[in-house]
Amino acid sequence: MTRPDADGRDAGVPAGRRPGAPEGEAGRPVRVRPPRPERRIAAAFGLTAAAAIGFAAVYWQGGQTQLEGVLLAVAFAGLAYGLGAWSARLMPQGPFVEEHEPFGSSRRQRAAFAAEFEEDVQAISRRRFLGRALVLAVGALGAALLFPLRSLGPRPGRALYQTPWRAGAQAVTADGRPVRAADLAVGSVLTVFPAGHVEAGDSAALLIRVDADVLRPAPERAGWSPQGLVAHSKLCTHAGCPVGLYEQGSNLLFCPCHQSVFDLLDRARPISGPAARPLPQLPIEITADGYVRARGDFEGPVGPGFWSRPP
Amino acid sequence: MILRRSARWLDDRLGAASVARTSLSKVFPDHWSFMLGEIALYCFVTLVLTGVFLTFFFEPGTNDVVYHGAYAPLDGARVSAAYASSVRLSFDVRTGLLMRQVHHWAALVFLAAIVVHLCRIFFTGAFRRPRELNWLIGVSMLALSLFNGFSGYSLPDDLLSGVGLRIAYSITLSIPVVGSWLAFLVFGGEFPADQIIHRLFVVHILLVPGLLVGLLAAHIGILVRQKHSQFPGPGRTEHNVVGSKLWPTYATRSTALFCAILAVLLALGGFAQINPIWLYGPFEPSQVSSPAQPDWYIGWVEGALRMYPPWEFRVFGRLVPNPFVPAVLVPGVTFLALYLWPFLEQWLTRDRDAHQLLDRPRDHPVRCAAGAGTLAFYGLLLATASNDVVARLTRVPVASLTWAGRVILLVGPPVAAAATYVVVRALRDSGAEGVLQVSFGQLVAAVRATGRRRPGRGARGQGRRRRPATIAGGSEDR
Repeated sequence: MTRPDADGRDAGVPAGRRPGAPEGEAGRPVRVRPPRPERRIAAAFGLTAAAAIGFAAVYWQGGQTQLEGVLLAVAFAGLAYGLGAWSARLMPQGPFVEEHEPFGSSRRQRAAFAAEFEEDVQAISRRRFLGRALVLAVGALGAALLFPLRSLGPRPGRALYQTPWRAGAQAVTADGRPVRAADLAVGSVLTVFPAGHVEAGDSAALLIRVDADVLRPAPERAGWSPQGLVAHSKLCTHAGCPVGLYEQGSNLLFCPCHQSVFDLLDRARPISGPAARPLPQLPIEITADGYVRARGDFEGPVGPGFWSRPP
Repeated sequence: MILRRSARWLDDRLGAASVARTSLSKVFPDHWSFMLGEIALYCFVTLVLTGVFLTFFFEPGTNDVVYHGAYAPLDGARVSAAYASSVRLSFDVRTGLLMRQVHHWAALVFLAAIVVHLCRIFFTGAFRRPRELNWLIGVSMLALSLFNGFSGYSLPDDLLSGVGLRIAYSITLSIPVVGSWLAFLVFGGEFPADQIIHRLFVVHILLVPGLLVGLLAAHIGILVRQKHSQFPGPGRTEHNVVGSKLWPTYATRSTALFCAILAVLLALGGFAQINPIWLYGPFEPSQVSSPAQPDWYIGWVEGALRMYPPWEFRVFGRLVPNPFVPAVLVPGVTFLALYLWPFLEQWLTRDRDAHQLLDRPRDHPVRCAAGAGTLAFYGLLLATASNDVVARLTRVPVASLTWAGRVILLVGPPVAAAATYVVVRALRDSGAEGVLQVSFGQLVAAVRATGRRRPGRGARGQGRRRRPATIAGGSEDR
C-alpha cells in the first residue's frame, strides 16, 4: 500500500519523517497517475450536493423510504469517492515513519517511584487497626448497597409451580369465548386458557380432539381426557416457546423454536429435539351442558426447567 | 486568521500546541486490514446517531394502547405502547423507517466488523505483548455489543422478538441455584412481566452504550499510546511505524471510509427490508412465528440450543435444565477462552517479548488451526440455527437434519483445524506465495512433519526471541 512519492511536499514534518529511500522500494515502478483528478473529485462533490438537495425535496414532499435511502446513499458515496481520491492523489503520501518510544520506565524512575510510594504506604500501614476498620466499613456499606437490587422483582415463591388453572376453571379461547366439547372435530386443535386469565404467560393449553380409540391413557390418568379430548401445556419444556404446530395424522406436536417433537398419544413425551420432559397434561372434564373445564392444575410445573423443580 | 487566533487562544489556556503537533502526525499503517476496526467504530457512530432519532419516537411500555396511523392493517388494533410506537415511527414519522432500518443494518454490520477485526488481530498475533490490554477491552466490547444487539431488537415487542425474550428468560431460569431469583429480578416477575421492555430500553440506550463509549475511549487511547503494530516489510522494524500521517492524508481517507459505510448502510436501509415487525404482529404469550431466527450474531447460541441433545441432569437432587449447557456454559466458555487466549499462547510458546511487527498467519500453524477450528464450530452452530428453513427447502425431515448437525458439529471443527494446520504448515515450510501455489508433495511433506519442530530452529520460541525486543523489553538495560 505504501506509495513512493518523489515530489517532497510537506517538508518540516514534526514527528513523522521520510525514511531515506526504504530498501526494496526504489526499484518499484512509480504508478502513472491520470492527470487532473481535481475534476472528478469536484464532480463527486457536485453529485453529493445534488443528491442532498434531492433528499431535502423528497422529504419536503412527504418522504419516500426508498428514494430517501438512495439519495442519501448517493450523497455519501459522492463524499466517499471525493475524499478518498483527494486523500490518495492530492495529499502528502507516505511512507512516513514514526519511532516507538520505549515503554516501561527506566530502572531509576521505577526505583524512585517505588521508594516514594512505599514510604507513603508505610505511613498508612502503621495504623493497621484503622485500616481493618475501614475495610469493615466499606465492606458493610457495599453489601448494604446491594440490597436495593431486591426491589427489581418479586420473590419467585410458588409462581413457577402453579398456573391459574383450578378445578372447575372454564376453558376459554384467546378472545374469552367458552369452549364447548362439540366445537372440536376429531383432529382439530384449539389454544385454551382458564377463564379470566387469558393474558397469563403460563396458562396456555393445547386442547386437541383425537380419535377416542387410539387414545389409551395410563391408568392413573383415566378420566383426564373425556371423549378423546386431551389438553397439554402449550409451553415447550425446553425453552418455553409455544408448541405451535400439530400434525393431525401422526398426532405429533412440534415446537417451531428449537424443533422439539412431542408424541401426543404417549403423554406428550419428547421424541426428538432438545426437549427432555413431556408437556404436562391438564386433566379436563365436560360439563353437563357440554362445556370444557379443568379438573385441577397441570400435572406438574409447566414450561422450562428450573433448579428447584421437583422430578 | 480567525483559526489562527482561536488556536492561540486555546494554546494560551491549554498549552496544546505540541500535543496537537505530535498527534496530528501520528502514523497509521497503510494496510487495508487496519481499517476493519474503523468500520466497527463508524457503525457505532451511525448506531448512536440513528438511535438517538429513534428514541424520540419510541415508547418503552407494555401497556395496551390503540394504534391509529398510516399502516391500515393494524389501524384500531389494541397493542402494546412499544409495538404501536415502533409501527408508528416506521410509517407515520417521515424518514422514520429509513432510520430504523439503517439502525438495524448498522447493528448487523457493526457486529460483523467486530468479529472480522477480531479475526485479523487473532491470526496476525496483534494481541501479543504489549497489546493484551486492548485485546481484553476488545473482547469486552464484543460481549457488550452482542448483548446490546439482542436488547435492541427485543424492544419493539413484536411476536418474533417476544419469543426471543421468552427464550432468554428460560435461559436465565436454567442457571443453577440462583436461576429463579435472577430471572424474577431481571424480568420483574414471571414471564411476561410488564417491566422487561422498559428495563431493556434503559440498558440499550444508556447503560451499555455508556460502557461502550468508555471502553472505546480506552481502546483508542491505548492504541495511540502504544502506536500501531505493522506487517513486516522494507524499512519496517520493531521500533517504528511506517505509513500515512493522521493529518491530512489518513484523516481524509478515514472520513472517506465513514462516508462509504454510511452510503452502504443507507442503501441497505432504503432498499433491503429488515425486521418488518408489522408482518410479525404484536407479541402474544401463547403465539409463535415460524420459521424463527434471531439476528445473525445470536445465531450460534440458537444453534447450540437446537443441537444440544435432550439431556437434563440433577445435582444434589436439583435440576440443571437443558438450556444451561448450550446457552450459558458454551457462551461462558467461549468468552473465557477469548479473554485468556493471549496468556494461554504466552504460556504455550513461552514468548513473552513485546512485538510491534505482526505475524503472517502462516508463521503459526497451531494458532491458525485453533482459529480455524473455532470459526468452523461457531459457523456450523450458526448454520444449524436455520435447520428448520433448510428442512423446508430440501424436504429433509428436520429430525434428520438435527442428527446430521450434531455429527457435523463434532467432526467438522477438528477436521477444519487439522486441514488448516497441514495447509499452513506447507505454506510456511515451502515458502509458497499463496494457498493455490502449494503442491501436493508439499502438503504430504507437511503432514509428515506434523509434530516435529520447525527445521533450523532450536528450542521452542528461540526464533522469536532473536528479534530485537522493544518497548518494555529493553527498559531494564537503561
